[in-house]
Amino acid sequence: MSAFALLSYPLLFVNWPLTRDFPWANILLFVIALVFLFVGVRRAFGPDRGWVSKIGALTLGALSVLVLAGFIMVAFVASKWLPTAAGAPQTGQKAPEFTLADSSGKPVTLSELVNSPIPPGSSAPKGVLLIFYRGYW
Amino acid sequence: MRGIQKNLDKFHEAGVRPVAVSVDAPDVSRDLREKSGFTFTFLSDPNLEAIRRFDLVHAGAGEEGRDISRPAEFLIDSSATVRWVNLTENYWIRARPEQVLEAAKALK
Repeated sequence: MSAFALLSYPLLFVNWPLTRDFPWANILLFVIALVFLFVGVRRAFGPDRGWVSKIGALTLGALSVLVLAGFIMVAFVASKWLPTAAGAPQTGQKAPEFTLADSSGKPVTLSELVNSPIPPGSSAPKGVLLIFYRGYW
Repeated sequence: MRGIQKNLDKFHEAGVRPVAVSVDAPDVSRDLREKSGFTFTFLSDPNLEAIRRFDLVHAGAGEEGRDISRPAEFLIDSSATVRWVNLTENYWIRARPEQVLEAAKALK
């Protein structure tokens, strides 16, 4: 049973980046892992088990609780450490103009983005969706 | 941004030009565009000029404590007026393409 708990963990870690956008899937997996772990630890403390399985089960149990705590920390606490952006332009306000280089190094202004046709040759856009992201991919 | 790329035709039909902005240098954005198949515009703001003007600086949150942008989306109309804003409180949760397309219906 402890081996099962151990095996479920690398499997969870593999799933981690893939299911990152859907933390509920991970929470469900963690709940299942904890149930297995609870059963595993109980069995390890059964009358026919030696101290090796007891220590093993407790170590695994502690490890998985740490992993779960880390997951909760990253998913629900650290991800909310964001500045409030109180001074960001609100609906109805003018967006500040800027000039930035595109991925080929060519300078582009916000007015160009708003006024130049998409795709080239068709009509001017009705709007521009600015997506600010953290970078360092 | 994968969702934006997947729905790029719908965005263009709605008359919306998606533009991504980060502190990444142009060559980093170029690599990302090639690797991930993004065909819309990516802009580099290494000195946080636009990011600061939009009040989106997340101080020390980048690699080696560099300042980066917090995640945010702005839908801007042809007069450069903001028509829709999404300032997420959790950087795992970003605007869904459907939300933006819904907001884009109000654009003239």
